[in-house]
Amino acid sequence: MFVNNDVQTNANDMLERHIVQPNDPQHPIVLATEDLHVFYGKSEALFEGDLQFAQNQITALIGPSGSGKSTYLRSLNRMNDRIATVKGRIMYRGVDVNQPDIDVYEMRRRIGMVFQRPNPFAKSIYDNVAFALRLRGVTGKKKLDELVEVSLRQAALWDQVKDDLGRSALGLSGGQAQRLCIARAIALKPDILLLDEPASALDPVSTSQLEDTLLKLKEQYTIIIVTHNMQQAARISEYTAFFNQGRVLEYDTTSHIFTNPRVQITSDYVSGNFG
Amino acid sequence: MHKAKLQNKIAIGSLYGISGLVVLILVALLGYILVSGLPQLSWHFLTAPAKAFLKGGGVGVQLFNSFYLLILAMLISFPIALGAAIYLYEYAKDNWVTSAVRTAIEILSSLPSVVVGLFGFLFFVVKLRLGFSILSGAFALTFFNLPLLTRSIEDSLRTVSENQREGGLALGLSRWETVNKIILPAAVPSILTGVILSAGRVFGEAAALIYTAGQSAPALNFADWNPFNISSPLNPMRPAETLAVHIWKINSEGIMPDAKAISSGSSAVLVIAILLFNFAARYLGKRLYKRLTSA
Amino acid sequence: MKEQSTSVASLERQLKKHSKAAKLEVWGRVVSFSALVLIVAVVVAIIGFVASKGIATFTTNHVSLWDFLTGKNWNPGIKDAHGKPEVGALSMIVGSFLITILSALIATPFAIGTAVFMNEISPNRGAKILRPVTELLVGIPSVVYGFIGLSVVVPFTRSVFGGSGFGILSGTFVLFVMVLPTVTSMSADALRAVPRFYREASLALGATQWQTIYKVVLRAATPGLMTAVVFGMARAFGEALAVQMVIGNAALMPHSLVDPAATLTSVLTTGIGNTVMGSLQNNALWSLALVLLLMSLVFNLIVRLIGRKGRLQ
Ligand SMILES: Nc1ncnc2c1ncn2[C@@H]1O[C@H](COP(=O)(O)OP(=O)(O)OP(=O)(O)O)[C@@H](O)[C@H]1O
Ligand SMILES: [Mg+2]
Repeated sequence: MFVNNDVQTNANDMLERHIVQPNDPQHPIVLATEDLHVFYGKSEALFEGDLQFAQNQITALIGPSGSGKSTYLRSLNRMNDRIATVKGRIMYRGVDVNQPDIDVYEMRRRIGMVFQRPNPFAKSIYDNVAFALRLRGVTGKKKLDELVEVSLRQAALWDQVKDDLGRSALGLSGGQAQRLCIARAIALKPDILLLDEPASALDPVSTSQLEDTLLKLKEQYTIIIVTHNMQQAARISEYTAFFNQGRVLEYDTTSHIFTNPRVQITSDYVSGNFG
Repeated sequence: MHKAKLQNKIAIGSLYGISGLVVLILVALLGYILVSGLPQLSWHFLTAPAKAFLKGGGVGVQLFNSFYLLILAMLISFPIALGAAIYLYEYAKDNWVTSAVRTAIEILSSLPSVVVGLFGFLFFVVKLRLGFSILSGAFALTFFNLPLLTRSIEDSLRTVSENQREGGLALGLSRWETVNKIILPAAVPSILTGVILSAGRVFGEAAALIYTAGQSAPALNFADWNPFNISSPLNPMRPAETLAVHIWKINSEGIMPDAKAISSGSSAVLVIAILLFNFAARYLGKRLYKRLTSA
Repeated sequence: MKEQSTSVASLERQLKKHSKAAKLEVWGRVVSFSALVLIVAVVVAIIGFVASKGIATFTTNHVSLWDFLTGKNWNPGIKDAHGKPEVGALSMIVGSFLITILSALIATPFAIGTAVFMNEISPNRGAKILRPVTELLVGIPSVVYGFIGLSVVVPFTRSVFGGSGFGILSGTFVLFVMVLPTVTSMSADALRAVPRFYREASLALGATQWQTIYKVVLRAATPGLMTAVVFGMARAFGEALAVQMVIGNAALMPHSLVDPAATLTSVLTTGIGNTVMGSLQNNALWSLALVLLLMSLVFNLIVRLIGRKGRLQ
């Protein structure tokens, strides 16, 4: 099932690493980074990220603070364009989207993103979901209404807000706001959804609701999620990548990472003996 | 120890004294303006045309001119300031060009308004042959207004959190769309406050106007709203003395018999207008912000 | 295999076509950049025009810069005994500096004292009354200050010191009241920027409130306070109408504070309308405007230097 590219001819490979890319015909690779390096100014924050992501699966990125998870994730849909220099290839269904002539706006519609802090816009709940659709030419009240409802249902928010869609989104609770942000992202029918610690600002109940939502969403979307919460990674993801100091040290199925990590640091980290 | 305590007492006491005196001066100032000015105010005063050599004139034309110039100047300066602020805050890279541009704007804001007015005179009145006119005045006021308005809009953009921008970009919007559809609507309360406050400054400005909009207020026919007619209030090519310029002029010439009464009244009108601008700015800003953030 | 490669090609096409968003982005950048360029062009034009006009006195009319800066007689229409035009601007330069410095000297202790009061001693009253009132008074038009100067200050000076009442003293007093709100409000901002724990640390060490204010708060806020004062001076130096209304407008070397005098701005406002474009009389006035402009650049520079020093500390 898995190809083991443990053996790498790289200068970095004084380090102990263990990288196993997904290889499951049911879930082909939709996104892969090759030789990805990210620099903030002159300082290199990501030394090499060679990961492949399987369709309709959840991949978790874990690792200590400052290890480069966000840096990596934000490079995937080029949210880092203005802040950082990203070198290497980001192959999205066979197309390298890290080229200057790629239309990033079109690309980001296919690779959406949800952030750590819920960031609903200062608009009504309805408009939060509908307005990007309008800007992209979706017209007709009926069509919009329908898309808004579907997106809110998929994000498991519909039942709570269906009666006052005109209310300002800034009045929502943290968990609701985060689900609105997910609804907003999936309204555009992306292919891949990137989430950067989406539950870190939420209470346990909202967190578990969010996890249920993600598990449902993976039927339609490929999900890559950064999380600090080991249990969360273990509960929802099929694959897990462990980052440390700007490098991916281990990548494998989640069950391998959590039950049988090969790299010592990973083992320390997932068992909570880190540092 | 005792010495320190005594010193403390004396110093704090003097601070009370100093600030008491300042409050007294400021209150006396406001009080004088209002007490001497309010009795002059009447419907006649606010609407009748001025009389140069006789008692009993009004400031109707000047008041209208002030508002007309204000509106024109705001209409011209707002889009420019908005564009500049957007570029500076959303696009400009942090390099020497940007800092040079910021310096230029800083310089413009610190130029004495006479200098701005003289430039307006030279360029619009003389070079472009616009003459002493509303249009020349509006341009001069625009220059006077641009730097502060730009800075205040930029500050308003800053109040909108960075995560709103990321949210827009992540939806595949361009930065321009993000700014226009997400950031600006969220910044409206703060932008509006800035605009109204700057309107107050523009409303009371005189030095930039005496050689651009001119110092005469030809009679207007308030029944004629065709901007191409010479006596139409809307005609942008007519000379237009404003209320602030009027105060200066009648006091410098000293030919109007009731110049003092008229000036008192006009000063009160100016100050009340500024007060209203201030209250409106605070009130509207708060109201809009509430509307935006709650149900 | 073939099917897959065509689908990759078509995806690539879709991802590379210029989307509406990309077009809007280019448009937005161009529009907003143009607005910025326009403002910069205005600044350059103002400086360029005023400079070229102001230099004409020296290049076209061959007045020596030295005579202009040190000459005491201002009568650009008249030639002196040596056949040179009388364009000595010293009296106005002195007048401008005198009222600026005097009004700043008086305003500074009052403004800083009040700022300290509203920020350190009675923050409640400060926030509720003093702050809004000073911020409001910052916005009062300068002609109103001029008019009150004319109707209150000038008669007062006249009754106390005799003479006409017009002069440097009246100008100073009007400017003092005029810059007071500005300097107070900016000083208060500077004090507010001093972190709270500075004060707490000092008080915890047993210092009195005054020692804390004097040794800790004022010291930490010094760059900000200096900026406030320089801003006030710049405003005073550039103020035209309020000064012109009370100073008496006599371009003579001031011999006392209660004789009519003139400043750069007052001569400019009264003179520019009464001269013919391009004449020496007119060019000489533009030279005064140039001095004003250069001074405002100097004030700007000072503010910058203070800011830089403040950051280094
Ligand atoms: N905008 C930036 N400019 C400069 N350096 C940055 C920037 N963002 C992140 N870094 C640096 O890059 C490194 C990786 O940061 P990153 O945010 O990717 O870590 P992370 O794994 O997401 O951490 P966390 O779990 O705390 O979110 C850190 O050393 C960080 O200081
Ligand atoms: Mg992170």
